[in-house]
Amino acid sequence: MFAYVVRRLLYALPILIGVNLITFGLFFVVNSPDDMARMHLGVKRVTPEAIERWKAERGYDRPLFFNAQAPGQGRITETIFFEKSLRMFAFDFGRADDGRNIGQEIRDRMGPSLALALPTFVLGLFASVAFALMLVFFRASYLDFWGVVWCVAMMSISSLFYIIGGQWLVSKVWALVPISGYAPGLDSARFLMLPVFISVIAGVGSNARWYRTIFLEEISKDYVRTARAKGLSELAVLFRHVLKNAMIPILTGVVVVIPLLFMGSLLVESFFGIPGLGSYTIDAINAQDFAVVRAMVFIGSVLYIVGLLFTDISYTLVDPRVRLE
Amino acid sequence: MNFQPVLLLTDVLFFLLLAIGCATVFYVRRSEPLRAAWRKVGSRASGMASATILLAFLAVGLADSLHYRPQLPSAAIGNGAAQTNADPTAAASHVSYSSEVLSVLDALLAPLRTRVEKTYSAPFAAELYARETVELPLGGQARIYPRLAHGAAHLADPSVERAGDLARRMTAGVAGAILVWLVVAGGLTTALARWRGHGLGEAVGALARGRTLLAWRAVLVTLAAILIVVGLSIALAPHYHVFGTDKVGQDVLYLSLKSVRTALIIGTLTTLVMLPFAVALGIMAGYLGGWVDDVIQYLYTVLNAIPGVLLIAAAVLMMQVVIDTHPQWFATAAERADARLLALCMILGITSWTGLCRLLRGETLKLRELEYVQAARAFGVGTPAILRRHVLPNVMHIVMIALVMDFSGLVLAEAVLSYVGIGVDPTTISFGTMINMARAELAREPMVWWSLMAAFAFMFVLVLSANLFADVVRDAFDPRRG
Repeated sequence: MFAYVVRRLLYALPILIGVNLITFGLFFVVNSPDDMARMHLGVKRVTPEAIERWKAERGYDRPLFFNAQAPGQGRITETIFFEKSLRMFAFDFGRADDGRNIGQEIRDRMGPSLALALPTFVLGLFASVAFALMLVFFRASYLDFWGVVWCVAMMSISSLFYIIGGQWLVSKVWALVPISGYAPGLDSARFLMLPVFISVIAGVGSNARWYRTIFLEEISKDYVRTARAKGLSELAVLFRHVLKNAMIPILTGVVVVIPLLFMGSLLVESFFGIPGLGSYTIDAINAQDFAVVRAMVFIGSVLYIVGLLFTDISYTLVDPRVRLE
Repeated sequence: MNFQPVLLLTDVLFFLLLAIGCATVFYVRRSEPLRAAWRKVGSRASGMASATILLAFLAVGLADSLHYRPQLPSAAIGNGAAQTNADPTAAASHVSYSSEVLSVLDALLAPLRTRVEKTYSAPFAAELYARETVELPLGGQARIYPRLAHGAAHLADPSVERAGDLARRMTAGVAGAILVWLVVAGGLTTALARWRGHGLGEAVGALARGRTLLAWRAVLVTLAAILIVVGLSIALAPHYHVFGTDKVGQDVLYLSLKSVRTALIIGTLTTLVMLPFAVALGIMAGYLGGWVDDVIQYLYTVLNAIPGVLLIAAAVLMMQVVIDTHPQWFATAAERADARLLALCMILGITSWTGLCRLLRGETLKLRELEYVQAARAFGVGTPAILRRHVLPNVMHIVMIALVMDFSGLVLAEAVLSYVGIGVDPTTISFGTMINMARAELAREPMVWWSLMAAFAFMFVLVLSANLFADVVRDAFDPRRG
């Protein structure tokens, strides 16, 4: 098990290097730092001095890969590639355009993101599985049919509609919770209730339909027939046999997103003014703060790879037939 | 009227896609198993009904893809003057065209496009949303809701006459719709009767009971709904703003119809752009194995590892820099917006081909071991020929399913991306930009809800019918679903 985890982590290295090369190519090769400076300072009426100053402030005034002027090791280390790209492996992300340390900012904002994403994830999974189980219990009836129709209709509605509509109805018309904002500690529940509820509702349509297909596939297998022949009640069959075995395909899709919960949700956080990583990313995109976007891309891929590892490990936990070697 | 046709890049690709679609139809007609699968799609009521709605949207999108630049009136006068000089070549060089690129849809909706109010007005309103200070004829000032320049302008006293006027126009609209529907239904019945060699009465009976080979009854019911909506719009839209007007006074119905093309382009072109990559790489990885497989797997694992939104954000930001620093590439604003739309499709395509590629690789791995592929290899058929003749046709159902399944997700994604600020150009009319503009006004009292609702309603109908159609297609083409 330990050896497997270590080997998987070593596999992850080339993938991270690939991610790094892609982001480096996107941010520094497709556009030269000069282009970025001109864009930031306004395309017209920009002096070469201003561009040089902009680049120097951010450390973009160095050569891309090889610095012939620097002595010794500096030939490699005093380049954009080393400073901006390789440093990320040590989780050193440098400074944002507003001068703040990106690493510190990320640490500060992880909490609110998680406070929103974790309840959403748990409640969403619970609601979707419960709804899907109900549809499977009443399968091939009108309830099942209209339940699926309901799911398809719900997944055809834009997530923006759920957010805007929910905010309007609950916060404005009923005035139950504040429209947006955040407070640390237990007080945050007041602010988080609505976004969590809305995110759960927005996701339940497509997830429940997907789980229903998985359950239906499982329910036509031989062991289920055997269980029924033994005289088990339909509920016992569903919960003790079908749910347990259907967990494997469900886990494949679910465990991988757990680490990504740290990244928060772009939309919900920005609509509800929650100071998490999602709204940080959106602000960075709108302000065209390339350093922050680059850092988020890197962190996102690290978390995704961790998620893949978790998925493999979780298989051994739910399915004794799978062994990691 | 003189005009100069304009072919935007996305137009070319959209027409190319339609041509591919037509070619597919011919191909399908020749192949019995494919015909059987499509007949299965056609026999499902939900499939035919959603296809009818999608075709209606496609017609709107198509009309909006035929672009042209109208001739400027001043230039027309110059043209006439030049002709009196009997110098046609000089005349031709004098003709100048508007820098505004219009489409056939714009021409059809000219009354909606040109009748712009000052600012917001509610659906069917006769007055502006905001109060204005006006000079009274007897001197002095008053803050009143001014009448709209166009909406309900034909009524002397809207509060009294409007209900009657609306009822009259709506009746006319519905009556027209029923008339058109009767003609279409009659035509369809006659065609069905002649095709099956039945009597007319028998055909009507089969149609009414839903006993036809293809679900024509569902088509007719959907068509009736569409025609009634269209009939009502035609009857009402020239005299009222059916969905109200937005901040700069543009008719929301017009904006919604214009958004359809953007949604269709994003939903279809993205898949078209990524298809060659996904198919070629997926099949090669599965069939060739070895280092080719390793390289391709590495490539898609890396792309997959980057969270989609962030990769899109990074790529769009960079593309913006490229477009902004090279203004000389684009002759008109429409061309620049179009380039951005196409670039967005490509970026979405590059980030979304990995899933299909992995599916195709897995399927090819299975196909490689089948007898007919082994036989072909034993007979000495070259690898490219095997891939083209034996592998490609047998993975096309996966491609087909991916194509229809992705569409609805992409339409929804466009709205979200445009909201985040990494979507289409702000000047491109799309559901996302509509929602984005309307969102800020929700806090107003009374609320400005109509442009949001119009965008969401159009999107809902489009995405719902795409989802239903995708389900039916998947059921018919996926061999695992009996």
